[in-house]
Amino acid sequence: MKQKIESQIKTFEKNTKPSLHVITLNDLSTSAKINWCPGCGDYGILMALKNAVIELGIPQHELFLVSGIGCSSKTPYWTKLYGFNGLHGRALPFATGLKLANHKLTIIVVGGDGDGYAEGGNHFMHSCRRNIDMTYIVYNNQVYGLTTGQVSPTSEKNFKTKATPDPVIEEPVNPVALAIASGATFVARGFAGDVAHLRELIIQGVKHKGFAFIDVLQPCVTFNHLNTYDYFKKRVYKLEKEKFDFSNKTKAFEKAQECGDKIPIGVFYKEERITYEEQVPALAKQVLVKQPIDTKSKMEKIIKDFM
Amino acid sequence: MTKTNKLVWKIGGEAGYGIMSTGLMFAKACLRGNLHIFDYTEYPSLIRGGHNSYTVRVEDKEIHSQIQITNILAALNKETIDLHLHQLTKNGVLLYDNDESPVDKTKLRKDISYLHIPLSKIVRDIQGERVMRNNVLLGASFAVVSYDFAIVEHIIKDFFKSKGDAVINHNIALAKAGYDYITTNYKEVIKQFPNKLKKVEENKEHIFLTGNEACSLGALAAGCKFVSIYPMTPISGILSLMEHYEQRFSIVVKQPEDEISAVNMAIGAWHAGVRALTATSGGGFCLMTEGLGLAAMTETPLVVINGMRGGPSTGLPTWTEQGDLQFILHASHGEFPRIVIAPGDVDDAYNLMIDAFNLAEKYQLVVIVLTDKHLNESHKSLKKFSFETIRIERGKFLTDEQLKELAVSKQEYKRYAFVDDGVSSRVMPGQEHGLFIASSDEHNESGFFYEDADNRKKMMHKRFKKIETAMKDIPQPKLVGEKDAELTFISFGSTKGAIFEAMHFLADKKIKANFLQIKYLDPFPTESVINIIKNAKNVVCVECNYTGQLAALIKEKTGIEIKHNLRKYDGRPFFPEEINDYVMNNKRFI
Repeated sequence: MKQKIESQIKTFEKNTKPSLHVITLNDLSTSAKINWCPGCGDYGILMALKNAVIELGIPQHELFLVSGIGCSSKTPYWTKLYGFNGLHGRALPFATGLKLANHKLTIIVVGGDGDGYAEGGNHFMHSCRRNIDMTYIVYNNQVYGLTTGQVSPTSEKNFKTKATPDPVIEEPVNPVALAIASGATFVARGFAGDVAHLRELIIQGVKHKGFAFIDVLQPCVTFNHLNTYDYFKKRVYKLEKEKFDFSNKTKAFEKAQECGDKIPIGVFYKEERITYEEQVPALAKQVLVKQPIDTKSKMEKIIKDFM
Repeated sequence: MTKTNKLVWKIGGEAGYGIMSTGLMFAKACLRGNLHIFDYTEYPSLIRGGHNSYTVRVEDKEIHSQIQITNILAALNKETIDLHLHQLTKNGVLLYDNDESPVDKTKLRKDISYLHIPLSKIVRDIQGERVMRNNVLLGASFAVVSYDFAIVEHIIKDFFKSKGDAVINHNIALAKAGYDYITTNYKEVIKQFPNKLKKVEENKEHIFLTGNEACSLGALAAGCKFVSIYPMTPISGILSLMEHYEQRFSIVVKQPEDEISAVNMAIGAWHAGVRALTATSGGGFCLMTEGLGLAAMTETPLVVINGMRGGPSTGLPTWTEQGDLQFILHASHGEFPRIVIAPGDVDDAYNLMIDAFNLAEKYQLVVIVLTDKHLNESHKSLKKFSFETIRIERGKFLTDEQLKELAVSKQEYKRYAFVDDGVSSRVMPGQEHGLFIASSDEHNESGFFYEDADNRKKMMHKRFKKIETAMKDIPQPKLVGEKDAELTFISFGSTKGAIFEAMHFLADKKIKANFLQIKYLDPFPTESVINIIKNAKNVVCVECNYTGQLAALIKEKTGIEIKHNLRKYDGRPFFPEEINDYVMNNKRFI
């Protein structure tokens, strides 16, 4: 059994090894005009993402960008890769079906905090434990942008907006802690104001074999006047600078609780674990989509079970 | 008068005492004798403690439905006797254990035989457990109909083959004890009992399967490679069977976190170019409706099975109904074309599933296959399916060479290009030069969100044009039965079986009837239905719901109001007798 799994992993690695390819920023541009607000944190994330794609050198046609609905979910329109702008909260299950049907694709899922932690909260939890090889980047601006400024699951307690004037009386979701507790094998936090650092996190996330989750602190210049660039710049510090041991799950969970005057960014937790798709027998030899439809002889055999 | 190979047998007892496995063994033993079977189960939404019953109808010709009466009632408890004794026909036999379920001697029916068999004692004597009493009843039942015990022995061997010789032999011994007890103690009753079962010598290669199994086989034959199903009665059998064949067919079967995930995973797989299936029942379908719209907007093919059960809400989880028709026809917000197919029996289910996959992919449409608990979970025997020509039509895809040609000539691949038939070519993500974006927003030909009024109109036309194009592949419904009939039945789905059986009965009474089964409910075959109704003398619409959803659909599409409606909404399927009674009690028809 162990040997079988090892050989499955080898075949899988052979199949998924990216070939080096030179991509430029221009290659990644589309004809559509970007319509985020000037100064939006999303620009920084888009730049980090594109630079990561360039650095990774994976041919564009082997990359698939999946999103949900929200400001951040517009990213696929402005990134020339295979793209799918689907339903609010449902990007992860779509990406899961896509990956299992063609596990040679490198899949990056993007979305906002409302998309991932409210509407898609259940899918997020299960995607973490499932450990399918994909990267999930959440543009976390702690507010709803596209619906013009309501509170979000990550809005701080007592946070109010024009659209939702009652102060928040719930505790915010802690996405990093939730991901660690749910069994994600790569858990990180980035900051949209630090593009170079975020680019490195995305590269690590994509290279990580398994479900890589990156929560990105993203200022919303229009609707969130609390969690601004300045707010974050005063607070964020890099975990790698203090040589944080990201292999320790308990420490990672403890570190995830730190989110007051000081906010850690970087990799909280990382673990090597067999992926979901590596354990699916049908995917050991060939991607599902390339397997021919040839059912006659198999049908002749199994019909005997009904006689 | 002896009636060889014409029998209805029913076993009943408390849930958890092997009623379902005994019923299946009884049916399979008959199948091995080349006999035809239809079975019907009733069980509550409980694991232990409720009342279960399993009815097997056996004949030497194909059977389409269960009937109300029974010739043998095998009772594992007293409740079975209380609930079902009245269904026993004259000369019928009750098999029961008087030590455990004593009958009131003052109220005995004179026209049936009460055959006491000490089930518990027999089980104790052979060192069996209480849950094995069912096997004793199985043997006893076959003794009453003088069936060859060797066949029964074979079936027990097959059933327990994974459990080793000791278990097999123990179970055979129990069944044999039951068989011998009846043979020894009730010689005269057996002689008098009119309904005998005897193996038919010619081998006709019958198969025996449920609607769930037929749907699964259809999907497998059609090349379905990805299955995402959240368990729900009555379609859970599809999930189990697909997992059973997962390795042999090299497919991926996923039980996701909910139905929302199930439908979105299926859409993801279809988008990658893999044929995918999801299945659910009404409550789960509610959760999937958002996904239907996504598939429609992104023009991703999709096949969904909705197995109906009694609603609303949790409703009657383990009982049948046809209450979702109007919901299915309109599910999800906004307007988009869809195909809704309702198989009436296992043969339809197998064949229409293959059609569902071809239509979904060829025309990039949402296809919903509408079944119900009665079809999903009742076994029927029929001629073996032929796998000689399994038609697979995948529709328009661009090859790597075609994409390269486009790239070389600096032309853009437009996933949603406006084309005459509405069906624009797909690529499989991963193909070089095929980059495109699919969007749930309204979009232009390249897939970019675009809210221009003229573009919106063109895209609506494009999407609806696909269903017009698909119409040429969708067969028109046909009348089955007598031409100048007094009565024309119209229905959809599993009511087909009871109507077929009722037509046989009415033919014996010299009442000519015919039947219009509407398999494709959307797009609705308006012209054909108008012609058939206009030429019919008396039309009766038969459906398992309260509001008459098929009749409403017919009225909406044809403008014709059907005056005679036979409806049932008690969670039970139609029994042919109910249709017979409805006809015989209406002077207009006879």
